[in-house]
Amino acid sequence: MYDFLYHKVNSVDDAVAAMGNADDGKFVAGGQTMLPTMKHRLASPSDVIDLGGVSDLVGIANEGDALVIGAMTTHAAVAASAEVQSAIPALAKLAGNIGDPAVRNRGTLGGSIANNDPAADYPAAVIALGATVKTNKREITGDDFFTGMFETALEEDELITAVSFPIPMTAAYIKFENPASRYAIVGVFIAKTVDGNRVAITGATPCAYRGMKFEKVLNEDFSSNACDAVEVSVDRMNSDIHASAEYRAHLVKVMVKRAVDACG
Amino acid sequence: MVENGIGVSVLRKEDKRFLIGKGNYTDDINVAGQTHAYFLRSPHGHATIESIDISAAAASAGVVAVFTGDDLAADGIGTLICGVTVTSDDGEPHRAPAHPALAQGKVNYVGDHVAIVIAETLAQAKDGAEKIAVDYGVLPAVTETARAADDDQVQIHEVAPNNMCFNWPFGDKEGVEAAFASAHKVSRLELINNRMVTNPMEPRASLGEYNTGTEEITLHVTTQNPHVHRLVLSAFNQLAPEHKLRVVGPDVGGGFGAKIFVYAEELVVGWACRKVERPVKWTGDRTEAFLADAHGRDHVATAEMAMDEDGKFLAMRVMTQANLGAYLSTFSTMVPSYLYAFLLAGQYTTPLIYSEVKAVFTNTAPVDACRGAGRPEATYLLERLVDVAARDMDLDPAEIRRRNFIPKDAFPYQTPVVQCYDSGDYVAALDKAMVLADYEGFPARATEAIARGKRRGIGLSSYVEACGIAPSAAVGQLGAGVGLWESAQVRFNPTGNVQVFTGTHSHGQGHETTFAQLVTEQLGVPFENIEVVHGDTAKTQFGMGTYGSRSLAVGGVAIAKACEKLITKGKKIAAHALEAAEGDIEFADGNFTVAGTDKAMNIGEVAFNAYVPHSYPEGLEPGFDENAFFDPLNFSFPAGTHICEVEVDTDTGVVEIVKYSAVDDFGKLVNPMIVEGQVHGGIVHGVGQALLEGCRYDSEGQLITATYMDYAMPRADNVPSFDVDYAPTDPPDNPLGVKGCGEAGAIAAPPAVINAITNALGIKHIDMPATPENVWRAAQGAA
Amino acid sequence: MPIVNINVNGKLVSAEVEGRTLLVQFLRENLRLTGTHVGCDTSQCGACVVHVDGKSVKACTMLAVMADACEVTTIEGLANNGSMHPMQQAFMDNHGLQCGFCTPGMVMTALDIVNRNGNDLDDSTVRKELEGNICRCTGYHNIVKSVKAGAKTMGE
Repeated sequence: MYDFLYHKVNSVDDAVAAMGNADDGKFVAGGQTMLPTMKHRLASPSDVIDLGGVSDLVGIANEGDALVIGAMTTHAAVAASAEVQSAIPALAKLAGNIGDPAVRNRGTLGGSIANNDPAADYPAAVIALGATVKTNKREITGDDFFTGMFETALEEDELITAVSFPIPMTAAYIKFENPASRYAIVGVFIAKTVDGNRVAITGATPCAYRGMKFEKVLNEDFSSNACDAVEVSVDRMNSDIHASAEYRAHLVKVMVKRAVDACG
Repeated sequence: MVENGIGVSVLRKEDKRFLIGKGNYTDDINVAGQTHAYFLRSPHGHATIESIDISAAAASAGVVAVFTGDDLAADGIGTLICGVTVTSDDGEPHRAPAHPALAQGKVNYVGDHVAIVIAETLAQAKDGAEKIAVDYGVLPAVTETARAADDDQVQIHEVAPNNMCFNWPFGDKEGVEAAFASAHKVSRLELINNRMVTNPMEPRASLGEYNTGTEEITLHVTTQNPHVHRLVLSAFNQLAPEHKLRVVGPDVGGGFGAKIFVYAEELVVGWACRKVERPVKWTGDRTEAFLADAHGRDHVATAEMAMDEDGKFLAMRVMTQANLGAYLSTFSTMVPSYLYAFLLAGQYTTPLIYSEVKAVFTNTAPVDACRGAGRPEATYLLERLVDVAARDMDLDPAEIRRRNFIPKDAFPYQTPVVQCYDSGDYVAALDKAMVLADYEGFPARATEAIARGKRRGIGLSSYVEACGIAPSAAVGQLGAGVGLWESAQVRFNPTGNVQVFTGTHSHGQGHETTFAQLVTEQLGVPFENIEVVHGDTAKTQFGMGTYGSRSLAVGGVAIAKACEKLITKGKKIAAHALEAAEGDIEFADGNFTVAGTDKAMNIGEVAFNAYVPHSYPEGLEPGFDENAFFDPLNFSFPAGTHICEVEVDTDTGVVEIVKYSAVDDFGKLVNPMIVEGQVHGGIVHGVGQALLEGCRYDSEGQLITATYMDYAMPRADNVPSFDVDYAPTDPPDNPLGVKGCGEAGAIAAPPAVINAITNALGIKHIDMPATPENVWRAAQGAA
Repeated sequence: MPIVNINVNGKLVSAEVEGRTLLVQFLRENLRLTGTHVGCDTSQCGACVVHVDGKSVKACTMLAVMADACEVTTIEGLANNGSMHPMQQAFMDNHGLQCGFCTPGMVMTALDIVNRNGNDLDDSTVRKELEGNICRCTGYHNIVKSVKAGAKTMGE
């Protein structure tokens, strides 16, 4: 790892100020992706601004029609939260299956979605639940937040403060894991809401996306059999040693069907 | 009866220090004034080095020194060696390209060593390495095992035309051809034995110290065989004379073969500490382990079996191309040759076997022994072929095995491929395994699984392996540069406690416990008063180390022999003290007794007399400390049947191992708890190969699977718990009646798993690793 | 350089460290607590697991400065007056270790499993929870047995 200036901050304002003063600063949340990247000398920020002390960013609140989860809330906290388990159990399950127990004790919601790894789990939930990403500057809808592989709508000095997840009627997340990294080769989040069904798929393509074709058939007939009618295009799928594009396209449909069944 | 003797599952002596964080692994050792080393490695699979400019690196903050291959050569440091000669079909020895520890003019794989940077801190060493300017002339790379010898491939080494290391035909070619020509049926199979990265959990490390006063180098290193390291570094690499080189293998975090070999880093660190006159420490990280530890397996092969009407095996023919990587690692040549082809008879009476092994160079990391070494490759090929034969003959896989097993009254059994098996009862192991696995109940379980939308399969693997290596004369005839005996010294201290010095090395096997059990059994000294010492050339006599499941079968016998010598001497001392004739002294349970009387003397008292010989037999040397060497008469041949049951989700291709049963013949068990642990670990190593682990290079020689993000290691949730039992026989050649057990699981498991998957899907074959995608594709084809 | 104040195994430690110093480096190199190991560089093997404020973390994926003002427990901090913690004892009694390299991380993870899942554990829970700890020696069979037995003893 290259050395850097370390800043421990206690507030969002201090964090943004520190970033403003840095040549090439980076916010670090739990550091579970960023630190390995830096260890391999693949990133060399001049300044690291540690959000670990910003207590305002931690917490889970049920606001009636939505769960608002602070950006620095760990995966373990989300998974163990009675609030999340009762309001959106699929979200608790998703968080409880990211990485491993030790990673979940450090990794955070904000860090995960800001990084937007194509194989991360949270983006599927943010998109499928129609969540709103709250930053120090504005609110961004889930559909607009993820813009490409490892890219988001966030600006340099913009910091995620919380994510507001509307509470669905029911939801499910099914993940097909990479046998080595345990990241999602394909992860499918389905939310049944009063406004219709939303399907989001992660892992399969460079950036998590909404499965509009699945939504369409499921809005007519919410059954796994209905999904058979959907053609998943192989063209846009990721392809690597663990899963070819063809296999991923196949898995997308299988996982969607399993998520539908899991919605009950 | 002694407590904690042979056959008791005594808890391990070594555990406490590991459990409270007081293990002493190489990287845990820190010495005053130590510097830190980092190796600049080749980023290219195959390239010439046009120039190296180290000036900026040498001037970098904290950098103590930067060395390249020229510096090593200028000091007369030898190249890394391969210690076993295989004679090629042209009558010439295998082609052995020079293997400089730091590259000279050319790099041949990604991770190949280019320079060492030594600095005050590791970060400074890395910073320095980034400032070395290397001008590479990138060449096309050879990375495919099957195609490495093709005419269109670039040649890696001048001395090895067509990238061939050797072509080694073996067996009765004409006899086999004749048998094939008249056979009722011939089964044929093409398969890949997938390349593995051995992955002991402790990465390799070394710490070199030079004493300018005594002119001695002390090298702490992650090794399975400190004396072999010292011998090779001294005799072949000219690092230092043997008596001026101390090699210590302290606690070592797993080896599985990968820490047998003498690597570039160890040689360079040992040399550099003298150059800079400061201790030099190098600790590899996991990525470096993936790049530059010797890998394992990597064969492509065609196997054929000729049978009569009853499914009786008449002859077998095997054509193998084995990848040895860019250079020859320490024992690499023997792995796809002697350790492979000599096992091709398996448990069967196949009278005629012909094998041809073509070993090739590629632009990949060197390939050498990995848990099982050659025997997993042979067993996988044979046990897969036998299943294909059963399918072709429409016989149950258990039945075709039974029809061809070597009968138990045929031992010792001379196979057509050199080995003479010591003992075995293959039917007994199969029968017991089938009961343990509830083989009879399988059809009902398969039907039930179908109702749940799953496909269930069961697979057998009846293996035999040759371990406990090895008779020195036999390996010498084959071209090994060393003898494979083992040594022991059993020393009583004057106060009656015992230190056992062994030439083997424990890196997880529990020798400190097992060997103490041998001694307590034989000498009657309380278990807690026995300490096993290993791993330091300054403490122990020369010994060959630990690999090939040899420590108990060879090293244990040496200990027993040293104990016998102590008893013989003790009888003389006791006879004198008890005023009896030596012939009247009996020894049992730690006491020397005058036969037929109650006059007795404890062995501790005898030891005291030996060190304080005030009243002592005339002419007898004082001291109670005996040395012994044991050269085995034969290999040891563990065998058994493993049965794996799987459930396949054909929608995704995910395979779940739902039940795994193992019945092994390891002869007599000294510590059943430890043996069972070895079996468990071996099985999961084999399951890893079958389902998860596949090392992959791209066409330019980049290692795609260079971290645990891409190389799938078996984890706790990939496997079930196991049902383990034994069907022991008594090997006549081993004085302790023991066989090796460390590799059996890794040898037996891969075909058991794959046979279960092919059974579930009703297909002829699927290559390893049977990843979800591969299984899904196979299921599509089968549907 | 930043200064950290960390309570390690009950003792307050104050030190100046570079920002880039990992917690595991701090423990191993500054404090010579070498029981915590490094087995990979991608946060997967779990040989480096320690507890920070009672929760398991991978010490290779946390900066020492991030543990400022925290309580850190390492494998060296478990034994009490020379007698091993019940979980350590369970690993010994059930042959839950061979080479010992992954063992400290396994034990620290095991304690975290008990903290969150209680004392009556089934195989599948333990296996799932051990996802972040790799062992090459044992085949996990006896580790699973050890964790279950240790959990049970801890509840007695």
